[in-house]
Amino acid sequence: MSGQSTQWQATARLLRRAGFGASGPQIDAVAKQDRSVYLDTALGLDADRDPGAVATPRPIPVTPPTNYTTGAELTALQNELSLQMNDLTEWWVRRMVAVQEPIHEKLTLLWHDHFATSAQKVPFAVWMGAQNQTLRTLKLGDFRTMAVAMLGDAAMLYWLDGFSNNANNPNENLSREFMELFTLGHGDGYSEMDVREGARALTGWGIGPGGQTKVQPDQHDSDVKTVLGVTGNLDHTAFCDVVLSQPGSAPFVAGRLWRQLASDKSPSPEALGRLVDAYGPGRDLKALTKAILLDPEFTSSTGTIVTAPIEWMVGLIRALKVPIDDPVFLHAILLALEIMGQRPFYPPNVNGWPSGQAWLSTTSTAARVWAADKFVTLGDLSTVDDAATGDRIDAAGYLIGVGAWTDRTVAALKDLVDDPKRIVAAAVNSPEYLTA
Amino acid sequence: MAEFNRRKFLIVGGGAAAAGLLSGVVALTLPDMLGAAHDRPLPEGSGILVIVTLNGGNDGINTVIPYTDNAYHDARPELAFKPEEVLPLDGQLGLNPALQGLSEMWKSRSLAIVRGVGYPNPDRSHFRSMDIWQTASPKEPVPTGWIGRWLDATGDDPLRAVNIGGVMPLMSIGERQVASALSGWFPGIPVETMATLSALSDDDPRDTAEMSAIRRTYRASKVTEPEFGRVLKRLDPAAAANDADVDSLQAQLDLVARCVKAAVPTRVYMVQLGGFDTHAAERGTHQELLKKVDTALTPFLRDMSTHAHGKNLVVLMYSEFGRRVAANSAQGTDHGAAGPVFLAGAPVKGGFYGDEPSLTDLNDGDLKSTTDFRDIYHELLSRTLQTDPIPSVGPGRRDLGFL
Repeated sequence: MSGQSTQWQATARLLRRAGFGASGPQIDAVAKQDRSVYLDTALGLDADRDPGAVATPRPIPVTPPTNYTTGAELTALQNELSLQMNDLTEWWVRRMVAVQEPIHEKLTLLWHDHFATSAQKVPFAVWMGAQNQTLRTLKLGDFRTMAVAMLGDAAMLYWLDGFSNNANNPNENLSREFMELFTLGHGDGYSEMDVREGARALTGWGIGPGGQTKVQPDQHDSDVKTVLGVTGNLDHTAFCDVVLSQPGSAPFVAGRLWRQLASDKSPSPEALGRLVDAYGPGRDLKALTKAILLDPEFTSSTGTIVTAPIEWMVGLIRALKVPIDDPVFLHAILLALEIMGQRPFYPPNVNGWPSGQAWLSTTSTAARVWAADKFVTLGDLSTVDDAATGDRIDAAGYLIGVGAWTDRTVAALKDLVDDPKRIVAAAVNSPEYLTA
Repeated sequence: MAEFNRRKFLIVGGGAAAAGLLSGVVALTLPDMLGAAHDRPLPEGSGILVIVTLNGGNDGINTVIPYTDNAYHDARPELAFKPEEVLPLDGQLGLNPALQGLSEMWKSRSLAIVRGVGYPNPDRSHFRSMDIWQTASPKEPVPTGWIGRWLDATGDDPLRAVNIGGVMPLMSIGERQVASALSGWFPGIPVETMATLSALSDDDPRDTAEMSAIRRTYRASKVTEPEFGRVLKRLDPAAAANDADVDSLQAQLDLVARCVKAAVPTRVYMVQLGGFDTHAAERGTHQELLKKVDTALTPFLRDMSTHAHGKNLVVLMYSEFGRRVAANSAQGTDHGAAGPVFLAGAPVKGGFYGDEPSLTDLNDGDLKSTTDFRDIYHELLSRTLQTDPIPSVGPGRRDLGFL
């Protein structure tokens, strides 16, 4: 089935990947302009001044005193910490739903997945919230600034035991994962000795009660270390510089962001070359983000990335304008995300969330069916309601940003044209909507 | 800067993780078990494999403890258990005190412990090492898992292997087949919606590989929905008043037990428990995790061993690697290599298999493996699943004799 113009479909893919789904009117507006101009404008906006962001201020909870003497006091403390984390998690979902221009929240989510830190271990919501804001602020700057910030971030230092890494006996967790997962890739040119020497460069960090961090000189190993062939009294910034100067780092970072934004498949060597050029010696994340979204291979990769649960859930809430003010309902949405395996702030491990086939299980199907049935009852389906029955398949596509259906999907939707709720619930479970 | 009290933070951290957001208990009500005969129940006495994955790298040395070896106490003085604390297995080795139930199984000779399990050239990355265990391919990365390849080789019934939880592990993914997933936390798919998914499930020539994979899931749902519908009391998240413990090991094994007893035609179940990456303050955290293992596995196995459909059920429990012999400064341990693997169940011949690695003859601070993990898979495939092990583990493997 032919459906919308090629230009419209390319725009739809861009907006669906750069945000959380996309709806017809939004795609119409952008399809009229140069995609590069649109991206410059969107990426140039101040994420914190988006009206939706202003309307959903991030909770900055005060951590209660962490001393206790009885079991009851400990339980009360744990309950309070859990409530604070729950508030923060619900806040982020509300923020993702509320913003006018979603690209900033989407990129923040992708970098959260990259520097994956979980509240399963980090005890204080205020630390997780601060890291979240750091990623939001630095996601379009230079990668080095973001990487250095993560090496001194309270949540990260707690998560990867950086705070208990000291001169007398280094803890290699942060050093290993920084190279393996954040900057170089598994086994790419570093040795176990580099991991151990890198850990020495990262020694001495302490975390204060409010989450402020600093290197405690008496805990820091200021002797000479050798990391990746560079010898000196390396500290965390020098360590970061040595690692990022490895030839494998730029393609690794570019390839990771590509797999987040563009496809479950790696880019071709030619496309990767273009992305690395855009990233450049300045490690420019804004240029890299834009290069991915405008690359010809991005457009030709349609249908090769499985929509992750948060993208699917938030995208649907936005497209159907589903109200999520009811706390019980919002709570149920988060529980559904938990069961689908992607609760924000709770990646399963430091490697972040899985991708592709891992999201396609019979259980996830049941979760999506549950959510879709709820959303079509609460949401705005007027686009489909108002269409003649013969146009409702296309209207459903327009509502959720799908510009062309396969014959197989059309055949399945055809039986449902008398019932706008059922046709939309089915459309959001189609392979066309579950991939982008 | 105010002094940072590490010990207090760690207690709170561990506690908040363990007793935190997801621990308000909303019990699953007991399932409405339908006694109705089904068209293809699993025959009584069929071999069933339950795979328990411990994510994060379980510290094998503080699980099966070499309590009489001075090298153990010297390498980790603050982490080590005293001889009088352990649950002795023999004169050299004892179980962590949290493993009371496993200790009873050992005495009744239904627990096998394979010591020093690993693979050549150990990789200290969680992710690469877990991939190696799940793909059974230590030399090079491959896209399919050992259970997935068994599925590929033995037909197309999506119920043959079931993962508890919605995110599929690599071991469950084959080239053409993938395991099903089960969770008790959603209302069943309404019949008319199932009909729509069924209509969406046929391939279209314009599908990408990713789109085909979605249609394949819908074909599987056609089979799994009516079958799981028999054993699950489905819950609606919107009706759950509190956050619930949706994925404790005990809740996962409860689902397995219900399926086994209802003769669901499943031969392989996959469950998991995370949190074993104990780089800091390990002793308490690790003991708490092992307690979860013990309190989940013990009643499950007792239940299974007396049930007609569970008497040939075997539990395999493994982790992606063990941990460094010496403790680090934070009273934790860093990533290591070889570790013990547990096999339990009525058909298991209890005892030790594989040689205990030396605590002093080390490979870069880590234990040297004495047994290849693929030999364990080989025996489970040939004995429990009664299948040709070669598609899963390749040629040249052997049984260890624990079955």
